[in-house]
Amino acid sequence: MADQATPSDSNRPALALHVPEPKYRPGDTADFSHIDIGQPGDQPRPDEGIHPSQMAGLAYGLVRVLGDDNQAHGPWNPRLSPETLRTMLGHMALVRAFDERMFRGQRQGKTSFYMKCTGEEATSIAPAMALASDDMIFPSYRQQGILLVRGYPLIEMINQIYSNKADKLKGRQLPIMYSSREHSFFSISGNLATQCPQAVGWAMASAARGDSRIAASWVGEGSTAEGDFHSACTFAAVYNAPVILNVVNNQWAISSFSGFAGAERTTFAARGLGYGIAALRVDGNDALACYAATEWAANRARGNHGPTLIEYFTYRAEGHSTSDDPSGYRSAQEREEWPLGDPVTRLKKHLIAIGEWDEDRHAAMDLECAERVKTTTKEAEKNGILGHGLHHPFHTMFEDVYEELPWHLEEQADQAIRERIAKFGTERPFG
Amino acid sequence: MSDHPANLGENVIADAPERRLNMIEAINEALDIMLARDPDVIIMGEDVGYFGGVFRATAGLQAKHGKTRVFDTPISECGIIGVAVGMGAYGLRPVPEIQFADYIYPGLDQLISEAARLRYRSAGDYIAPMTVRSPFGGGIFGGQTHSQSPEALFTHVAGLKTVIPATPYDAKGLLISAIEDNDPVIFFEPKRIYNGPFTGFYDKPVEPWKKHPDSGVPEGYYKVPLGKARKVREGEALTVLAYGTMVHVAEAVCREKGVDAEILDLRTLVPLDIKAIEASVEKTGRCLIVHEATRTSGFGAELSALVTERCFYHLEAPVERVTGFDTPYPHSLEWAYFPGPVRIGEAIDKLLSE
Repeated sequence: MADQATPSDSNRPALALHVPEPKYRPGDTADFSHIDIGQPGDQPRPDEGIHPSQMAGLAYGLVRVLGDDNQAHGPWNPRLSPETLRTMLGHMALVRAFDERMFRGQRQGKTSFYMKCTGEEATSIAPAMALASDDMIFPSYRQQGILLVRGYPLIEMINQIYSNKADKLKGRQLPIMYSSREHSFFSISGNLATQCPQAVGWAMASAARGDSRIAASWVGEGSTAEGDFHSACTFAAVYNAPVILNVVNNQWAISSFSGFAGAERTTFAARGLGYGIAALRVDGNDALACYAATEWAANRARGNHGPTLIEYFTYRAEGHSTSDDPSGYRSAQEREEWPLGDPVTRLKKHLIAIGEWDEDRHAAMDLECAERVKTTTKEAEKNGILGHGLHHPFHTMFEDVYEELPWHLEEQADQAIRERIAKFGTERPFG
Repeated sequence: MSDHPANLGENVIADAPERRLNMIEAINEALDIMLARDPDVIIMGEDVGYFGGVFRATAGLQAKHGKTRVFDTPISECGIIGVAVGMGAYGLRPVPEIQFADYIYPGLDQLISEAARLRYRSAGDYIAPMTVRSPFGGGIFGGQTHSQSPEALFTHVAGLKTVIPATPYDAKGLLISAIEDNDPVIFFEPKRIYNGPFTGFYDKPVEPWKKHPDSGVPEGYYKVPLGKARKVREGEALTVLAYGTMVHVAEAVCREKGVDAEILDLRTLVPLDIKAIEASVEKTGRCLIVHEATRTSGFGAELSALVTERCFYHLEAPVERVTGFDTPYPHSLEWAYFPGPVRIGEAIDKLLSE
């Protein structure tokens, strides 16, 4: 209980606590005209070896390449071949189709949980294409696009989502918490921002060994508030680690808008400046800008010029997860009003504008993606869906806690198997 | 039981190797050996580099092995452990030092949610083969932030191993085992006995390690296996389960009182040497558990439960626990807090009277 004099007892002014409030709530008309998105091509592209203090403006502006005219503009244009652009569009279309199908699968009771990346596809697919395939990824939970770029089999993703008997993670992880060492893709946690210092540590190890591979982590703007993010920035700066710290600013952390992570005061890219880390703020719905930013940061890291923090300014078009209903806390108009549009549509229009794509081919591609996902889903379902018994053998629950099974887990495994047999007469009642 | 000759007979001092080290020197030697043997081993922590650590455990190692093998870190335990997880994923074998166990809490999420579960959650794709060294325990007038014994926080976590040496010989051999282990190991070093086996009689001078048989430390590489207790002394009257500093305190009290106790130095809390405990308690029928940490939900509670569950029909008296009090570690009243000879003596009397 406060035991100090109340303000009325003194001539000092009364203090006021500020609790951030988003501009629009359900039912409100969303208007984003206050957001300064600049012009495509208006940001300079410095040399990758530049001192961070000499490029501070890039932490506050917005690197944009694709204009309303659907053409690529300015020094950040990565000048990708039409073939590469079509590949990029293909990955984005596939992840969107995948998200749709998996979301529906959760609603049909085939699994417990799913998270879409709708509206944010460019922030993982374009960077993944700009990195080398053996650069190490420390993802957050909305970077499924990276796995598609790296050729991770769709069926393995679905097996994991269903926690079925073919799940490579043995049904131990919440759906979408993938891991693939083979694809240089770190095990996804669920505790936020823990991957940031881990990425820095991996990059430090790579540098200490004289390796040439770099690391990149992804985190949402909301979890930049975690201490881990700041520890990561400190260590990255101190050891000049070859790492890219990506912040996906999709405006919403479940129901908390970016103001609860500090967005009312400054940009997330600007966090880097205080640490002496090169910082870029990028239109996250512009796949070319996302690619160019990563390419710049990767060159910088490979040249031993140190880390880069990239803020992708984007919008979470769907709910946080299948457990979330955004209509309860934000205006339904926001998605349509978002001033930077939709990343898939923008890339598609660019390809059409340069004469390398058309609506018919796009429609055919969408159909093909949907078919591929559908076929693969049916294939995965043969391995089981969550809760229908086709899971890994029971004793696997006790494996991998330690490299070797200690006596106390051995006893507990015996107990679990006894319970199983008492109930079903066999350890594996369904197979 | 250790195969070290110092444990094998009455004439321990005469039979022990000539070469004697205190616990800091033994730890330093283990680190030195592992840095030389395994290029994947790196050491990092606050003040561990050029300066060699506030307790000198890493003295000389940076000069010998280089700045990219042994280096200082920012004051961020979260960062230290987080970075160590990433280094482990790369393929290194990091040995981070947390300057005091009391400072480890900012790194707990990285230890509990990340390092401890990485093998499990990735189905063996990634492991966290790190050894987190940290001085723990009180008795050095360190106040509440340089005296705690938080081992029970770690023994409660599936996936972590917790190791606590009580002698220079074990410190070296256990540390080498911990570093080679592919699971994350919390290696708590009882700082009160870094320089000598403190017996709890704080008003008497502490004998230096060089006069103690367990300070015989052979040169070169050897291992003391994790998960094996050490029988400090054979006895019939009761079993004492202890680790770290309290091994020596309990031993001194039993010697002083002339009690024929069987004392087990647990050495590893997880995985625990349950067979050694069962064998001893079944023989003596009485069990005293001693630790310096606070009482409620301390590791003694686990030990007491295990002994009661597994040896109940052999027990002649209820299991006794002697622990620190459930208060923060006080500064001026340190010795009133410390589970010293009076508290232990009283518990022994009670156990033997029933």
